[in-house]
Amino acid sequence: MPTITYREALNQALSEEMERDDKVFLMGEEVAEYNGAYKVSQGLLEKFGPKRVIDSPISETGFTGLAIGAAMYGLRPVIEYMTWSFSLVAYDQIVNNAAQVRYMSGGQFSIPLVMRGSSGGGLQVGATHSHTPENWYANVPALTVITPAFPDDAKGLLKSAIRSNNPVCFLENEKLYGYKDEVPEGEYLTPIGKARVVKSGGDFTIVSNSGSTHRALNAVKTLEAQGIHAELIDLRTIKPLDFDTIAESVSRTNRLLIVEENKPFAGWGAQVAYEVQKELFDDLDAPVYRVTSLDVPQPYNGRLEQAVLPNEERILAAVKDLLA
Amino acid sequence: MRAADPDVKNSKNHQSTRLPDLQPQEKIALFRKMLLIRRFEEKAKQAFTQAKIKGFCHLYNGQEAVAVGTISVLNDDDAVITAYRDHGHALARGVDPNACMAELFGKITGCSRGKGGSMHFFDAKKHFYGGHGIVGGQIPLGTGLAFAQKYLDTNRVTLAYMGDGAINQGAVHESMNLAALWKLPIIYIIENNEYSMGTTIARSSAGDPLTKRAGAFDMAAIQANGMDIDDVRAKTFEAVSLARTESQPTLMEIKTYRYFGHSMSDPGTYRKKDEIEQRKKSDPIEIYKARLIEQKVTTAENLEALDAEVTAEAQAAYDFAESSPEPEIETVFEDIWAPEDQIFEFRPEPRR
Repeated sequence: MPTITYREALNQALSEEMERDDKVFLMGEEVAEYNGAYKVSQGLLEKFGPKRVIDSPISETGFTGLAIGAAMYGLRPVIEYMTWSFSLVAYDQIVNNAAQVRYMSGGQFSIPLVMRGSSGGGLQVGATHSHTPENWYANVPALTVITPAFPDDAKGLLKSAIRSNNPVCFLENEKLYGYKDEVPEGEYLTPIGKARVVKSGGDFTIVSNSGSTHRALNAVKTLEAQGIHAELIDLRTIKPLDFDTIAESVSRTNRLLIVEENKPFAGWGAQVAYEVQKELFDDLDAPVYRVTSLDVPQPYNGRLEQAVLPNEERILAAVKDLLA
Repeated sequence: MRAADPDVKNSKNHQSTRLPDLQPQEKIALFRKMLLIRRFEEKAKQAFTQAKIKGFCHLYNGQEAVAVGTISVLNDDDAVITAYRDHGHALARGVDPNACMAELFGKITGCSRGKGGSMHFFDAKKHFYGGHGIVGGQIPLGTGLAFAQKYLDTNRVTLAYMGDGAINQGAVHESMNLAALWKLPIIYIIENNEYSMGTTIARSSAGDPLTKRAGAFDMAAIQANGMDIDDVRAKTFEAVSLARTESQPTLMEIKTYRYFGHSMSDPGTYRKKDEIEQRKKSDPIEIYKARLIEQKVTTAENLEALDAEVTAEAQAAYDFAESSPEPEIETVFEDIWAPEDQIFEFRPEPRR
């Protein structure tokens, strides 16, 4: 199996799905002639031409709404936000139109739309460019929210997202574009709504997503050297939430740590913690712990930003409390 | 086509074929449709005061010639999308009045299964894409419909309506830029009724006329008198021809006037009763009625009989809505997601 980057895996998914279905097109800022701000769409213009790989002006509201309208008409648009932080400019279109039109029309109009782009902090680009908005969008009924952590899932989930008949928020992670791993060639679909057990272990469970899965994985390796064995679950899809996989694990390990880059108030981990205490109260040997970003805007300074992110040091401190 | 601004360039190649003359029966049909909208809205007003219709209810009285005139020059498979004052457009597009009234009553037989309400009428079969509640938010969607029409090589066009208040939303300007840039077959129609809610156009919009906004995008622009359905039809036909034959967008401003408040809950303190009475003297239905009689298309008696007919139709819609069942509670979980047919479908129980 070839080893490729997360970026190349996404590119493969786009290319294969565009090859497969003429109704799929890619639109966004710098996706065509520039080959993508993060080079995810490298070579696609050359391959599919300007009708299907379209450079948009800097008009997130305009091109998001346009894509929703095109989806109502039966096309399957993929739009790229240079970063999900810029999706805020299109928030009304995403929330009021992409997510509500099907329901408001009594099911008459479907929105087979993928909104994708980079997200997350850690690159010292300041407060306006570092958002991790999966919880904001997961709060909206009818939106599917996907946050792949590994190259194979990036490919398999993007292919599934493009084939979905519903609006999908697909949040890539800026820090992972260069991450390499084995990715199957050709047809490879990862199911939406299924978590991945990254590492098995019996001492406690970690649930995480996207970049936080890699932070958690580093902590898990540190703990292994100390003889502590964590089970690491990467959610992959935030919504719909795969509660069954979490429940199966927590009912064995009896302890849960959540690691997420969302800010603490109403991050997705708060919902998971609520459901775990409600459904598995008698199984828990300790309170559910969360390591999140700190409740402050993202600072530019690297030292400060590392303190804000759910770093390994804070993860290990939380594990100590969890196992105490 | 006349440009409202010297900077607005019209396509040199455009040969507008003349709007075909209407047969007498077609003229009567236009009159009937305008009158149906008026009688329907009167019934809706009555039902609202009886508390059978809840929420917001924006009536179309006074603006009938705009929806009926513009839509009358479309083909059946062209697309229509509008804002929240949508009853008139839906009826003009041929959406069943019973389903429209039932939607206002929130019934399962409504055109959006009771989930949309007054502001969110939809009918896929009639190529009616809503009914949208956020001012200007439907304009990017309409632009996307036109994008898809072009992408799929359909030779169809889109009419995207907005009020004069919407013209100051960024979404509208972004859309016009995209449509001009990518030559999309769309007609943006401003229904200028002079008030964005309670704020006069003079207090909300710099630059007169509003069609000047098209100039920045080198987009064709045209104005029409919304109280004269023949003028509305002639101007819309030019714009539709430009869209269909050359895939070029147009910004239309149609001057009109609404007789009732912004919505049913509007006390109307921002304008005098005299103003409304004065404006009713150029009522689009009365003007057309006089013209039909003058042209000897029909007689006053015939048109009165027609009025009785559409009044009965509006009453029938009211009766249908009232006697229709409420939606079952389980339907609250329906229509959220389209069924998947290409991938594994995972839908856990709704979270509570």
